[in-house]
Amino acid sequence: MTRTDPFDVPRPDAQFHFGVFFQGVNHWTIWSAPESGSQIDPASFRRVAQTAERGLFDAFFLGEGLRLREVDGRIHDLDVAGRPDAITQLAALAAVTRRIGLVSTSNSTFNEPADLARRLSGLDLLSEGRAGWNVVTTDNAWTGANFRRGGYLDHADRYRRAEEFLTVARALWDGWEDGAVAGSAGAPAWSAPGAVRQVRHKGLQFDVDLAPTLPRSSQGHPVIFQAGDSGEGRDFAARNADVIFSAHGNDFDDALAFAEDIRRRLRAVGRPDDDLRILPGTEIIIGATEEEALEKKRWIRLQQVTPATALGIAGLLWGIDLSDRDADGPLPKEDPVVTENDGSFGARRIADPRTVVAEWRAKAEAHGWSLRETVIALGPQRGHVGTPSGLADKFAHFVRHGAIDGFNVTPYLIPDGLDDIVDLLVPELQERGVYRTEYTGTTLRSHLGLREPLTHRSAPDRRQAS
Amino acid sequence: MSGPALHLAVEIDGDGAHPAAWRRAAHSPDQLLTPRRVAGVAAVAENAGFTLVTLDDGVLPPGVSPDPVGRIGAVERAAFIAASTSTIGIAPVVPVTYAEPFHVSSQLASLDHISLGRAGWVVTEEDHPEAARAWGRSVVADADARARESRDGVEVVRALWDSWEDDAVIRSVATSRYLDRERLHYIDFTGETYAVKGPAIVPRPPQGQLVVLGRPDLVPAAQLDVALVAGRDLAAVTTAAAAAGTPRVFAEVEVALDTPEASGAERVADLQRHATWTDRGRLRHIGSAYQLVALLGELSSSVNGVRLHPLVLDEDLPVLSSLVLPALSERRLVARPLPGTSLRSTLGLERPANRFAAAAAAAAAQEDAR
Repeated sequence: MTRTDPFDVPRPDAQFHFGVFFQGVNHWTIWSAPESGSQIDPASFRRVAQTAERGLFDAFFLGEGLRLREVDGRIHDLDVAGRPDAITQLAALAAVTRRIGLVSTSNSTFNEPADLARRLSGLDLLSEGRAGWNVVTTDNAWTGANFRRGGYLDHADRYRRAEEFLTVARALWDGWEDGAVAGSAGAPAWSAPGAVRQVRHKGLQFDVDLAPTLPRSSQGHPVIFQAGDSGEGRDFAARNADVIFSAHGNDFDDALAFAEDIRRRLRAVGRPDDDLRILPGTEIIIGATEEEALEKKRWIRLQQVTPATALGIAGLLWGIDLSDRDADGPLPKEDPVVTENDGSFGARRIADPRTVVAEWRAKAEAHGWSLRETVIALGPQRGHVGTPSGLADKFAHFVRHGAIDGFNVTPYLIPDGLDDIVDLLVPELQERGVYRTEYTGTTLRSHLGLREPLTHRSAPDRRQAS
Repeated sequence: MSGPALHLAVEIDGDGAHPAAWRRAAHSPDQLLTPRRVAGVAAVAENAGFTLVTLDDGVLPPGVSPDPVGRIGAVERAAFIAASTSTIGIAPVVPVTYAEPFHVSSQLASLDHISLGRAGWVVTEEDHPEAARAWGRSVVADADARARESRDGVEVVRALWDSWEDDAVIRSVATSRYLDRERLHYIDFTGETYAVKGPAIVPRPPQGQLVVLGRPDLVPAAQLDVALVAGRDLAAVTTAAAAAGTPRVFAEVEVALDTPEASGAERVADLQRHATWTDRGRLRHIGSAYQLVALLGELSSSVNGVRLHPLVLDEDLPVLSSLVLPALSERRLVARPLPGTSLRSTLGLERPANRFAAAAAAAAAQEDAR
């Protein structure tokens, strides 16, 4: 670790933030256990959101995928799939929660600002300032096949479109003056004359002319989340986002390097370097003892990585169909084939399959692992495993040293997967003074300790470090 | 006909049917776009025993200054209402003239899951060119083109609802399969202006298909479960209802009822000083609750239901709730929906077979016959 001196704590008062990601489509969510609940019943969503709120979480997240995933042209049938439209589900949750933030993953490529900005505003008003938007981009024609507009976007244009989308959305969110609507039924007009400004925008991606139909909520704008990890994605986040939902939360040094890179990019665009919250996605496995936690992890991995899933994950790495192989046998003898990613299985990134396969072979041979054991040990990795007090010490260290601001947790079980975190881990974090003991604000922006929306700051404020 | 003769729906957008309704509302304008208001009106409608609330919408503002220019999206309001009610049906207005049918299908299917099968959909058109400018799309200029967009949009939305068979989630632990991909279907829709591949990203709605409502002169009758018919008098409504050709027919009725404070006519006159109550060719009842009960009794012989458009929600809903629905209930002309009942079954509509499952079964039968 780079900083282990207990007296060298750069952020002694830093607070840890939790979000929960009800992910829905992935192999991390266990569907085969007797306690695995429905992925579509509204009771599952309510249960997770209310548990998170009991645990004083900042936010409840929903993901989005606009086409069912496929492998080799056939619908992927091994993982949980099928989920509600995010904003619609969150608007329902707004009625049964009081404080927790409600964050929708929504695509800037296959939506239009007039519609999506308004839907987010509606969610923000119905939740009284608790809405967030996780901005995702897509370029592929495969997803476009479900839409009027089709797959028309160049890869290079996806962030340009997202940025222009945000420009229009912010203009719409700022289209009403504060206090535009009359405070008494006896007023001469429902809204003050001239208080609602028409939004006219003509750019490379959008050419629109419309009247915004909603005032701002108590948090100003929905909170903007962003998850892209490429240099382009990080720059986009530095210019536009309030929160980064990163993939750098397992290893302290990696997390810190990512956070410092983001702070550097923030300063480069003239924002204070504490203007963004970094919440890596993770999984948290808790046991009463280290041994119990590791035993639980073994059980979880076997549920997540079934023989068929192991063959599926290895098949993606090898670039060939391995579904007829024996997962409990040795690794495939063939060399991997480098294939083009058409987007049909999400944004997977395998830098060089040959190097990865060579590494897998070496380790499998050294340990005598089967293919499935190899996938479990070396496949997609994430998560923290330990006792409540051990994890709380670790997380306090992460957050006080500026490596992260908290985690966006994906429960491995729906709907009970947050219970241990809320009942066992949260009290330990509170004891260490890094976690709130009650909500002190009512909006998502205030839970996250964020400044006002970027477009509401005067130019000098924007550069001023706090 | 068995069961009650009439189903009552009420349109609860904004402050009421009159553009100046806000001037007589029981709350200040800045309380309109709040969760308390949205849930409150729905609760009154549910408690009164209405079968259904509808929520008007469109991409353009609901009115022009000095009247309200703000409106939360109907799907978002509907979802919020679904989570704060238990029994009443909920049908947002969603035009598909410019919207993406794939998103509309997902949103409405989700609403049906959230409401445990209480959702409907009122199909309308965006007929102002300004709507195209707002969406950033080319104008769908004439009536035929708008009808085409509605027809194609409803076709895509309905096909996507069927693209998951009810039992597509198999959770087969022995084979590691969560889904049976044979029970998921590409819809492969190709229309004149766009194509949609499918399948949906949302499992089939609890009702199989949501209850689809619309004007039979704008949407093909075969795509509708409930026709919304207008007519300035009983005879016109009866004629329109007979010609609708849909499983169920609801008449559109605008109401301005006498209240303890003012007569319906006085209330209309008060608001007409500020704005004109648009004439949409609908039956309009201005008068007492008892006259309305009589009118609804007469309508019950020619339609299955009535959608009421109250002049001012805060004034007319209490009268509907305290006088009109109880009187109809006493005469067994209406019944409140039962808890745990889907909107389809409240309306006496069958849960439709899945078009793809039916096609697959037919193909299998043909195979067996060879």
